[in-house]
Amino acid sequence: MRRIYLDHAATTSLDKRVFEKMTPYFLDVYGNANSQHGYGRDAQKAVDTARDSIAKLIGAKPNEIYFTSGGTESDNWALRGAVKALKEKGNHVIISCIEHAAMLSTAKELEKEGVEFSYIGVDEQGFIDLEELKNAIRPNTILISCMYANNEIGTIEPISEIVKIAKEHGILVHTDAVQAMGAIDVNVATLGVDMLSFSAHKFNGPKGVGALYIKNGIPMARLISGGHQERTRRGGTTNVPGVVGFAEALRLTKESMAKDNEYVAKLRDRFVERVEKEIPFVKLNGARDFSKRLPSNADFSFEFIEGESILFSLDMDGIAVSSGSACSSGSLEPSHVLLAIGLSEEKAHGTIRFSFGKENTMEEVDYVVDTLKSTIARLREMSPLFNLKGEDKNV
Amino acid sequence: MYNEKVMEAFRNPKNVGEIENCDGLGKVGNASCGDIMQITLKIENDVIVDAKFKTFGCAAAIATSSTATDMIIGLTIEEALKITNKKVVETLEGLPPQKIHCSVLAEEAIKAAIEDYQNKKNGIKVENTEEKYV
Repeated sequence: MRRIYLDHAATTSLDKRVFEKMTPYFLDVYGNANSQHGYGRDAQKAVDTARDSIAKLIGAKPNEIYFTSGGTESDNWALRGAVKALKEKGNHVIISCIEHAAMLSTAKELEKEGVEFSYIGVDEQGFIDLEELKNAIRPNTILISCMYANNEIGTIEPISEIVKIAKEHGILVHTDAVQAMGAIDVNVATLGVDMLSFSAHKFNGPKGVGALYIKNGIPMARLISGGHQERTRRGGTTNVPGVVGFAEALRLTKESMAKDNEYVAKLRDRFVERVEKEIPFVKLNGARDFSKRLPSNADFSFEFIEGESILFSLDMDGIAVSSGSACSSGSLEPSHVLLAIGLSEEKAHGTIRFSFGKENTMEEVDYVVDTLKSTIARLREMSPLFNLKGEDKNV
Repeated sequence: MYNEKVMEAFRNPKNVGEIENCDGLGKVGNASCGDIMQITLKIENDVIVDAKFKTFGCAAAIATSSTATDMIIGLTIEEALKITNKKVVETLEGLPPQKIHCSVLAEEAIKAAIEDYQNKKNGIKVENTEEKYV
């Protein structure tokens, strides 16, 4: 069966060139980067080179890049580390209400430990409410965190403006750039953030490796206690092949980013245009101004039907997508992001995220739209809501 | 996560639709939870001669609707009332734990449709059954 992958926001394939760059660090240069002998020094050299390269590509100093196991650890660390280190200064944190679960569930846990959180709302396109943010600032606010680009609806948040507001009050800013890195030219120096999370597997790097950028001079406590790795701020034997692959993936991504983004956006634009024209009762969620939206993202609500059944129907035709429906997660609650932008629960349940990648083709886009049309029509035929609304079935 | 039998029932569901001038209609669930199941019955001499469904819901909801309607066609209403969600799950050779509620909805929809038939038969008027659960 033909298979088409449209879930690049979940993860991407490993670039073959990255894989080849990593191979010797599994097989030959297997030393522990912390060992003092030659094996260790060879591994350390590779880690240093990777760190230098990543730092340069995002406008940081090498000693501001801390390797982690991925985006979730970086987010956990940023939040818990700052809260712990700044305990004396205050215990209030401001985050957006559309953060990834890596942030939100950490926040929920910290709340139980007595940390206070303000959750800032977003408008119907998913942009954070800057006025609400300003009003939420208190004398004991220690950190503001807002994701750079949303994983579900692709909206790119005004991080520079958030930094400007925070700096007036001497508050630290963290951003979860897991989705943004590789799709936007992320530069920590021009952005002015104090911390930034990112992860390799979102841009054709390996899974299980990421980083937290921590600006020099920022007070941070450890999340993972252990040896002297990562300037004693993060214990654990360095994942040498992982960080080598991470650096190479970022280098290759940045090298062809302009060209790739233009291509991927073309695929996405055609998809959006055809879906909006050819399938009735749909709504594109997220930023309408595509310059403020991830080039790979198209997130659609299909009225009268449920997302998981769309997902599995497409899956049976070899098309891989993601759903904002609760049914995929096992809870009865639909996506918090979709509810935050004002969708009804019913519409949120019928939402599918399509995320394109440079391996996709225009022909695939057309095939997916054609398949989607019949899938949606078939499921609506089965839906008691479609009749109830008195809509013309032949539309 | 779903077994072959569930996927097959989802892929090629039986008894999709709505019986015109049905003798019994049951509709359960609500859109905010992501499941609405509607079952319509054609009943002659207390025997279910036809059953159709319309479902808003996940793959498991559609599969259980198809299976449950299939199971009750040809049964007397007394026999149909004995169809439990457990029997629906058994016929499907299992559902993931978080999807068991779909089979419960199927059982409830059958019961609601039969109750509607009995109410009509006994001349009991229930207002607005159509929208009751939505």
